[in-house]
Amino acid sequence: MSSELLALKGVGKTYGTVRALQDVSLTLRSGEISCVLGDNGAGKSTLIKIIAGLHQHDEGSYTIGGEEVRFGSPREALDRGIATVYQDLAVVPLMPVWRNFFLGSEQGMRRWGGLRLDADAMRATTREALAKMGIDLHDVDRPIGTLSGGQRQCVAIARAVHFGAEVLILDEPTAALGVKQSGVVLKYVTAARDAGLGVVLITHNPHHAYLVGDHFTLLKRGRMAGSHPRAEISLEQLTTEMAGGSDLAELSHELARPSDSRNSSGSSGSSDSRNSSDSRDSREERPQP
Amino acid sequence: MSTPDLLVQDRPAALRRLLARPELGSLIAAVAVFVVFAVVAEPFLRVSSLGTVLYAASTIGIMAVPVSLLMIGGEFDLSAGVVVTTAALTSSMVSYQFTAVTWVGVLVSLVTTLAIGWFNGWMLGRTKLPSFIVTLGTFLMLTGANLGVTKAISGTVSTKSIADMQGFESCRWLFASEVTIGGLTVKATVWWWLGLLAIGSWVLLRTRFGNWIFAVGGDADAARAVGVPVARTKTVLYLGVGFGAWVLGQHLLFSFDTVQSGEGSGNELIYIVAAVIGGCLITGGYGSVAGSALGALIFGMASKGIIYAQWNPDWFKFFLGAMLLLAALLNAYVKRRAERGPR
Repeated sequence: MSSELLALKGVGKTYGTVRALQDVSLTLRSGEISCVLGDNGAGKSTLIKIIAGLHQHDEGSYTIGGEEVRFGSPREALDRGIATVYQDLAVVPLMPVWRNFFLGSEQGMRRWGGLRLDADAMRATTREALAKMGIDLHDVDRPIGTLSGGQRQCVAIARAVHFGAEVLILDEPTAALGVKQSGVVLKYVTAARDAGLGVVLITHNPHHAYLVGDHFTLLKRGRMAGSHPRAEISLEQLTTEMAGGSDLAELSHELARPSDSRNSSGSSGSSDSRNSSDSRDSREERPQP
Repeated sequence: MSTPDLLVQDRPAALRRLLARPELGSLIAAVAVFVVFAVVAEPFLRVSSLGTVLYAASTIGIMAVPVSLLMIGGEFDLSAGVVVTTAALTSSMVSYQFTAVTWVGVLVSLVTTLAIGWFNGWMLGRTKLPSFIVTLGTFLMLTGANLGVTKAISGTVSTKSIADMQGFESCRWLFASEVTIGGLTVKATVWWWLGLLAIGSWVLLRTRFGNWIFAVGGDADAARAVGVPVARTKTVLYLGVGFGAWVLGQHLLFSFDTVQSGEGSGNELIYIVAAVIGGCLITGGYGSVAGSALGALIFGMASKGIIYAQWNPDWFKFFLGAMLLLAALLNAYVKRRAERGPR
């Protein structure tokens, strides 16, 4: 197996009196996609914020290449090769694609002592880097807000890859996307992996996770509810664990209408939980009557 | 991965880019205002009138440059009007009270305005209060301090004349001289304005810091996540407002010898109007420095044109308000176009 990029051991985090995260461990190697699954409020965002340097852990250890770290800002994490693509704040919508691509890592002209932006080179580099990831975008001057959600995610991923990130953290990259767009984004996630990056993929969709993941960590109410390499778990097991296993069976029983027992799984899907609807999809493999 | 999955259409890119330019509306408005006054006011087209219009525009434009940069960075400065008076008062009183060369007052004034700008930025970054509240606070404090300190020191609401003091002539040359080129009288403020305009526009469009200005105004969280120092960027923008206020304050002092301590209040809104007419979004992240110059020019043409046309000048503010509303609507439209694009 390739080299270890980062490792969390027994990490915990408390906000005031709220224990957001407790005893979470995770190891990431290069060329590996590690998925973190969990429901809303399971501690996924706290976990990425710690890895990305927005927050600091107050228990356990966080090491990069074996060296203990504690980041004061996202900039420090970036300097150690950890790039994060957030679900909603990946880019600045009104800024042109090329300005977004280079934001925070702008390229200056040597002739001007690095003061003047080399706009033409930045445009060309943006085009090339996107093309390398399979994104054909000629007009990099258009505001990035005019791209679709999936395209924006892809630009953000291409940006992280281009600027030499070793670790890519993706926060719910497919949550707001349709089926087709999600597929495209997952393709770029694997492209990043093939480029040798280690990817931490945060999601609550076990199907998307299982399509690309090498390792699965399940979070529940701030604690680890499971940690499995791909070889040890099937999609069905993952889905069931993710959905809360026996909890779900109980829920579907509670929601079942006596007059309508034939359609009980359908009524459980009408509840507001996305996880239960996911698991329903997986169980109902047979065609609709 | 060689097949392009995400083909993005690039149809009429050049035309769309022109229509999406933030300055476009203000350019059309400036031409319209010019044509109207050229038709209705015969003296408007004289060369001497051009000098007057340019002067009026420059006294707004000098402040509109840093104020528009600040607005693109997503913040307001309601103290921008009175800090100009503070700059003039500080310079005048320091020179007079210490019987120093006027350059000493000028330098102390610069330090003061920069300190006020830094305070605004620091308060904003520290307290996370909206800049509207923070700078409303400094606006009121400075308004009071301008009057209070001036009265306590000179006994009246205006400063003593410093026209006979050492260094006055050279300071006047720098801040308040005028040159006549072929009948056109150009005041020093016009050169300062053009200089600030060129620097401001270059910084915004061609430097790393300019990229950060757009980013902190467009989406501060996204900017912070990729490593942009958000609070520091905004503080530097407030320092820019302080610098502009220093230039304009010195101009007022050295052209009139004395300073009225109650002046300046209300001008901050005119600077904001110039920036908005020039295409700056109230919410930040979008706009242009060149546009702010067009906004200042519209202000200069309208304020003087109304007099040349012998209209009742009371209506000037009405006109200004109407322009502001039209500009804000146009900006909102341009922003929606820019965000959506022809998909």
